[in-house]
Amino acid sequence: MTASHDQRPPESAYLNCIRCGLCLAVCPIYREYLTETASPRGRVALARKGLEGELVLSPNLFEQMYACFDCLACNEICPVGIRPADLALALRATQEAMHPARWKRPLFRGLIPHPGRLELATLPLRLYERLGLRRLAYALGLRRLLPARLRDLEAMLPCLPQRPLRQHIPEVVTPAALGFAGPDPTADEHAARENPAAGRRVGFFLGCAQNVLFAEESAAAVRVLARNGCTVITPAAVRCCGMPARGYGDVAAARDQARFNIALFEQAAVEVVVTDCATCGSTLREYGELLRDDPAWAARAAAFSRKVRDVSEFLVSLPLRKPTGRLDGRVTYHDPCHLRRGQGVWREPRHLLQLIDGLEFVELPEADWCCGSAGSQLITHYETSLRVLARKMENVAVTGAQIIASGCPGCQMQLNVGVRRHGLAIQVTHPIVLLDRAYEGS
Amino acid sequence: MIAHSIIQQLHAILGPGGVLTAPEDLAVYAYDGTFMDRRPDVVVLPTTTEQVSQVVALATAERLPVIARGMGSGLAAGSVPCDGGLALVTTRLNRILEIDVGNSAVHVQAGVVTADLQAAVEKIGLFYPPDPSSIRHSTIGGNIACNAGGPRCLKYGVTGDYVLGLTVVLADGRILRTGGKPIKDVVGYDLTALFTGSEGTLGVICEALLRLIPRPRFIRTALAEFPSLDDASRTVNAILTAGIVPVALELMDETAIACIEEAMHLGLPLDVEALLILETDGNHEAAVIDEIETAARICGETGARRVQVARSEAERTALWRARRSVSPALARKAPNKLGEDITVPRTAIPEAIRRIKAVSARYGLPVVIFGHAGDGNLHPNILFDRRDPAQWAAVEQMVEAIFAISLALGGTLSGEHGVGALKRPYMEKALGPLSIEIQRRIKQALDPLGIMNPGKVFPQ
Ligand SMILES: Cc1cc2nc3c(=O)[nH]c(=O)nc-3n(C[C@H](O)[C@H](O)[C@H](O)COP(=O)(O)OP(=O)(O)OC[C@H]3O[C@@H](n4cnc5c(N)ncnc54)[C@H](O)[C@@H]3O)c2cc1C
Ligand code: SF4
Ligand code: SF4
Repeated sequence: MTASHDQRPPESAYLNCIRCGLCLAVCPIYREYLTETASPRGRVALARKGLEGELVLSPNLFEQMYACFDCLACNEICPVGIRPADLALALRATQEAMHPARWKRPLFRGLIPHPGRLELATLPLRLYERLGLRRLAYALGLRRLLPARLRDLEAMLPCLPQRPLRQHIPEVVTPAALGFAGPDPTADEHAARENPAAGRRVGFFLGCAQNVLFAEESAAAVRVLARNGCTVITPAAVRCCGMPARGYGDVAAARDQARFNIALFEQAAVEVVVTDCATCGSTLREYGELLRDDPAWAARAAAFSRKVRDVSEFLVSLPLRKPTGRLDGRVTYHDPCHLRRGQGVWREPRHLLQLIDGLEFVELPEADWCCGSAGSQLITHYETSLRVLARKMENVAVTGAQIIASGCPGCQMQLNVGVRRHGLAIQVTHPIVLLDRAYEGS
Repeated sequence: MIAHSIIQQLHAILGPGGVLTAPEDLAVYAYDGTFMDRRPDVVVLPTTTEQVSQVVALATAERLPVIARGMGSGLAAGSVPCDGGLALVTTRLNRILEIDVGNSAVHVQAGVVTADLQAAVEKIGLFYPPDPSSIRHSTIGGNIACNAGGPRCLKYGVTGDYVLGLTVVLADGRILRTGGKPIKDVVGYDLTALFTGSEGTLGVICEALLRLIPRPRFIRTALAEFPSLDDASRTVNAILTAGIVPVALELMDETAIACIEEAMHLGLPLDVEALLILETDGNHEAAVIDEIETAARICGETGARRVQVARSEAERTALWRARRSVSPALARKAPNKLGEDITVPRTAIPEAIRRIKAVSARYGLPVVIFGHAGDGNLHPNILFDRRDPAQWAAVEQMVEAIFAISLALGGTLSGEHGVGALKRPYMEKALGPLSIEIQRRIKQALDPLGIMNPGKVFPQ
């Protein structure tokens, strides 16, 4: 079976790969399996040979595209400008276009885009951790979960139960509403200097995982923004950023979600769109690219993408209030792939952590090496995911930190599994939570 | 097609995951860092020397070609299975077996990534100097099999200068150990040297014992901008004859600079004909600084417009990042590139560059020149599109012309990439019939059936 023209990535996506092999050095999957098939160069070759007809576009060929964790390291290193990670995603879409998988439609179009349904589906999860996990696994169309895996999956979760944040966070949070010095139009010069961000209208993009599983983190993010003078708008109707759909090759569903979210934030009339989820952030920044060929939306999407900021990036751009509370302990930071390479944000979260008195920051060796989470990879590529994780945890153990912070729910879930599997007494959290605590302790 | 019974036996030797036969797997083991492409019949991933020995014994019994392959970064199509056969991939032979601090030696399996080896010994203050640009994506076994060089070779020598001993699986499956920890050893012929640079045609290197040296404590790096390429190449000699032995003396011509800048945006000047990267090192900071400053002064006297000494480790890394990525960055310019690797006597560099530029003009295809100018090793890269038969025909003639230039100037075909499949037609011209005859006899003695990497090195 060959792919027709509209289903295939352009020739330029692979033609100039000179097979230099530079990308092998940085691929976490290659470095575990040490086979060319598991390498970025191998994936580019498979894509090319498949698309040019030298190989059959077989299920095994497409499976190699799913074996990529989308950590973007190969994109970054390739001196020719080939983007093997993007090519792997494009091939997944090629497969979807050629043979749509039946289970994907209800999941990516019926369930994930609808926060209400998603919350309902994960309700049991919030009530009974173990039972809930089974339900989630079932909802995600997964079978044959082994007991060991089940334990690992359980470890992924933060403390439950909690209520989805969307159900109780006000759509508009002003500094004054939280009792912080608010934007005051009559404020004198002194007050303005005290509170220079006053009056900034900030949109907050509440991601699915944050909403359901890490509600407390996003609540903290909103508090910290408000405390620094921002009026925070969190549209309750927001939909999934579209990453899961794109990851599974359903580009049409991802585009629908993008259009919806763009329109939603246009209505909110905000200066910037802030998110505390690395994956959402990198996906939102790609809306412009995703809708490039849609004349009605291209410009709007590009404008939206330009407004997207990671919460740490945005906070650092403000004249930030120094937290006066104190937290004791040693903290280290793991770079989410989609924050560091996806958005170029890595200094900012470190900066935030270093603002906190009492907290000793230590750099994590290979901090930007993938942790093996990649969204659902622990579920779909269990073995590989754990191998990649093991390398991360060895590095974490070296730091002697009591806290590991990371600005991505996927990474946090993965790190939770790692901490538990490797018997480490380390708390996993989002930098924003630590910052919030330091403010609250003031 | 390979017999099912052979596959079964391979499975028995290598266990689960150690044998690959899916078309997708075979298709990605069909290439190295060149445009050549030919699938093996089966891929094996051994983890021990004993497994390699059993696999090779089986291959001999079955008359199956054995193609040793590291990370496939080779630039001579050396690990491309020209006649099919068994791709013996060393990437899982990746353990560092011993670091002997007292004797400054390290014992490794062949599939260790060279950069990993370097990092491991540097952690304890030791130093493995050879630094091919492919250091993070090539194996030590591949480096030994090609006798890889790198920028630092000017001062520290090539890979072969650090190989104390080897464990090699011979074509009949027997395991040969050569050399040992003593630095001096004159008992018998130097078989270690024989296997170094043998490109997989004499046996499979499974383990290596390597010599280490103390790590130099101070390094200084400088970048010199030359409006004239001629001046830059003359400077190389001026520096070396002034009694300084820099760690590295790297040259990039204007096309190379433009490619790097386009790919990496490092702020390199685009209005000069050449850049030189100079580096000095040692254990006395003052001496190291003095040397780099002397070298910088000489550059100024011989036509450099500006010389900039890196002020921080980050600046230094950026300079090297530029140099290391130059070869792949060229690929932005054209779908294919053919990187040659000629080496000429140092004083002939300006003339070699002039003649190569003339070849480029004559055939109308761009040739980018960079290389390890300090040891006369130049990498002229021809940029082309292989899908255009006219261009491909021109490339073949240009390669011949470039080799002719090198030989005419008293140089050689390859300083570090090796012969592989790509340069074998030119071997006879470079070495003469007597040398080829002797080498054939050596090959015959070690691999009478001709199963070790057939179709490589020797002329047809
Ligand atoms: C971007 C780039 C930069 C490069 N820079 C340099 C440089 O600066 N200096 C330099 O010297 N080279 C350079 N090279 C060439 C290449 O990296 C080297 O030749 C390297 O030593 C090959 O190692 P490998 O593990 O990739 O071997 P492969 O490419 O897999 O194999 C190369 C040859 O060695 C043989 N071989 C491999 N392993 C074994 C073994 N265990 N036993 C027996 N034979 C074996 C193979 O059969 C083949 O003939 C560069 C290549 C690239 C793509
Ligand atoms: S994708 Fe880029 S880095 Fe990887 S082999 Fe191809 S050209 Fe080299
Ligand atoms: S994105 Fe990461 S996992 Fe995927 S091929 Fe590139 S380096 Fe490997």
